[in-house]
Amino acid sequence: MRSVSIIGVGCTSFGEHWQKSLRELVAEAGIQAVLTSGLVGKDIEAIYGGCMASGRFIAQEHIGALLADQLGLNPIPSTRVEAACASGGVALRSGFLSVASGAYDIVAVGGVEKMTEVSTSEAAIALGGAGDQETELFHGASFPALYALMARKHMHDFGTTEEQMALCSVQAHKNGMLNPNSQFHKEISVEEVMHSGYVASPLKLLDCSPITDGAAAVILCETEKARKMGIPAVEIIGAGQASDSLALSGRKSLTEVAATKKAAEIAYKQANLGPKDIDVVELHDCFSIANIMAIEDLGFFKKGEGGKALEQGKTALNSEISVNPSGGLKCGHPVGATGVKQAVEIFEQLLGKAGKRQVKDAKIGLAHNVGGSGATAVVHIMRRL
Amino acid sequence: MIGIVGYGAYIPKYRITVEEIAKTWRKDAEGISSSLNVKEKAVAGFDEDSCTIAVEAARKAVKMAGIDAQKIGAVYVGSESHPYAVKPTASVVADAINAGPELTAADLEFACKAGTAGIQMCMGLVASSMPDWIDYGLAIGSDTAQGRPGDALEYTAASGGAAFIIGKNEKELIASIDQTFSYTTDTPDFWRRQHAEFPRHAGRFTGEPAYFRHVVSAAEGLMAKAKMKPVDFDFAVFHQPNGKFPLRVSKMLGIDPKRAKQGLLTPEIGNTYSGATMIGLASVLDAAKPGQKILAVSYGSGAGSDAFALTVKKGIEKKRPCKKVLEMVKEKEYISYAEYAKFRRKLKTL
Amino acid sequence: MTNGNLPLIWRKFPERYLLQGNRCETCGTCFFPARQVCPNCRRKGKLVQMEMPRQGKIITFTEVFTGPYGFEFETPYFIAIIELSNKARLLSQVVDSPREKIKIGAKVEKVFRKISDIDPEGPIAYGYKFKVVG
Repeated sequence: MRSVSIIGVGCTSFGEHWQKSLRELVAEAGIQAVLTSGLVGKDIEAIYGGCMASGRFIAQEHIGALLADQLGLNPIPSTRVEAACASGGVALRSGFLSVASGAYDIVAVGGVEKMTEVSTSEAAIALGGAGDQETELFHGASFPALYALMARKHMHDFGTTEEQMALCSVQAHKNGMLNPNSQFHKEISVEEVMHSGYVASPLKLLDCSPITDGAAAVILCETEKARKMGIPAVEIIGAGQASDSLALSGRKSLTEVAATKKAAEIAYKQANLGPKDIDVVELHDCFSIANIMAIEDLGFFKKGEGGKALEQGKTALNSEISVNPSGGLKCGHPVGATGVKQAVEIFEQLLGKAGKRQVKDAKIGLAHNVGGSGATAVVHIMRRL
Repeated sequence: MIGIVGYGAYIPKYRITVEEIAKTWRKDAEGISSSLNVKEKAVAGFDEDSCTIAVEAARKAVKMAGIDAQKIGAVYVGSESHPYAVKPTASVVADAINAGPELTAADLEFACKAGTAGIQMCMGLVASSMPDWIDYGLAIGSDTAQGRPGDALEYTAASGGAAFIIGKNEKELIASIDQTFSYTTDTPDFWRRQHAEFPRHAGRFTGEPAYFRHVVSAAEGLMAKAKMKPVDFDFAVFHQPNGKFPLRVSKMLGIDPKRAKQGLLTPEIGNTYSGATMIGLASVLDAAKPGQKILAVSYGSGAGSDAFALTVKKGIEKKRPCKKVLEMVKEKEYISYAEYAKFRRKLKTL
Repeated sequence: MTNGNLPLIWRKFPERYLLQGNRCETCGTCFFPARQVCPNCRRKGKLVQMEMPRQGKIITFTEVFTGPYGFEFETPYFIAIIELSNKARLLSQVVDSPREKIKIGAKVEKVFRKISDIDPEGPIAYGYKFKVVG
């Protein structure tokens, strides 16, 4: 396998883009990515685009062709990748594999979701498709409900508290303040989270990621070629992906995301690194409990100790492990875009371009993207080239 | 000999008191409660309907009967609140208790007596001289009765149901059905037109020319046919639109009203319409001993009564239900008028 | 969603009415819903259809206050992961149970209820829910 690097990134701001359709969002992120790479459009040989539920959100399928069309890149092959909320991360890995295999030298990877065209309850149905339609959503198990089931079990087994979960959101909002692309620029307190009303107990409104429009893109290039171009680049040194039962009831454990552990194990092995080597991580925290499980499953803390680690500030910016400097999914969660946005953030962090939220001396970064309630997980480990 | 081989009753756990309903309309709760002899009524939950009630009752009946549900050859569900106007409740019940597909099934409607009409149909099939027709028939009366908000019926219109499995193997019987007699006339005392949401009734006309005439005529006709006297019956069960009519009709027939008490549930659960006489009969069977005689008379507006004379059999001692009707009556959770309006989808935005 | 996914609703009747699943005779594991391949034994597995037991216990639960489309007016309602007495696990609503009795480890029993009744002119989807017993 050949080494692959990211040479350009683009990202729209995350939020409610009332004036923009999906096509404008992808064009904005894509053009920005091409420009930062120093390449021109015709250098790109293929596109991989992550998008979860455009059919449900905007009644538009065939997103692969739409991407190439909007970027003026016809007739190159353009493929939509779908893995629920991990669509972006899996698109990135698909692009990575296509370059690593030697099929292409330069590909564009995008992620997009336009979620605000439908009502909240319709959005809940669209997102619910990430779980098991026939045995979960059919029974009224919304996505918050699935994560709430895991949260309750985590609390029961390890004594994790609602306040500890609330801290995830507090920290995410704090980091989001420093990110100009973040959906929210507002600090919140534990009390505010605690009083934000249950969506699915024990999860409250502010424990949940918002409904967001946004797009992100990266340009991948075979590493030797990138070196020759002499532009700032970040090398992907590990890419792991794993799957698990679609329905939560099929999991061996409800207090971990086994797919995360497996994907991380693969990525760490490829990179020949361990959790202790990671300086900055963008992890999948669609709900506060997901943050706690992820810092455990990625090996930063022992199982059951994630809540305490948060309480002790070990995951704050420039602490033991800087978690989600972008604000994570509290910076906004356009589901198909999130996995790519994470790579954009790690790219900027490793190149020292992250502005006020810069993690000091960040050399190794990790991006962790989860689909559904944990049926897909993908982990990328990167370092400055 | 034909009779009952198993039965099951189902009463939803939610209750609303007459007092709570009266409060909403600023009416005299005490006066209403004592004039109707009804304290509270059973209300089906948000996710319950006549079909789910029928399934729960049928499942208990099959369990008590101890038979293979596959041997049931007929399923009849009587209700005036079938969830569909067209599409049978009975086919859902048959599949939900795994009785199908080799059986006949139909939904019945005759106001509050559709369930007992089902019992008669099952009796006929089971006793048929046509060889090898059916071994067992399942008859169910189940309702989530509709009462128009503010109407007098709102205090009594309740939810519940009961299922009876009719068979012919003497050893399996818990009670034999010795005789049945029906009395039917065109008497429009209560009705609901196609597409109308709530039934309408003719006020006091529902009493004398309707309920009393039919119940008394059916009971007397039955006794004449069976050569029985009022004193022969240890228990009497009547359709119970309120808590008073059954006691009055008992007196009119010359039966000590005390004998109608075990089967009188309306004071505690309201009028369960197609379920009413059948839940009452289930409660009587809960308490009855072998050898005892039971008179059961249903009434359906429109109008008709089915009367039955039963003898309790030894088989009942081995087949007592896991939960008696009176125990189900006690398992309850009170709800407010607002919750009631939500559960029964009386709020128009629902 | 034409006709409320009618063929799907119909196809699922045995599963949703009777808790029909299957069991691998090779390793003894019970599956609900039924699986096409035993993940433990793969081609050595032998799957036979069976009805799941009606009893189980709550593994974890949540009370939903914001329901997805079709459940907006049913809130609040409880959802739980239930382990049946044969160890198969499923997700279900828990109804008719006092709030204080809905907890991890509570014993539950299957009941028959309406699950989905979105369109007043469309088909009704019935199926299993559970209630706390004892």
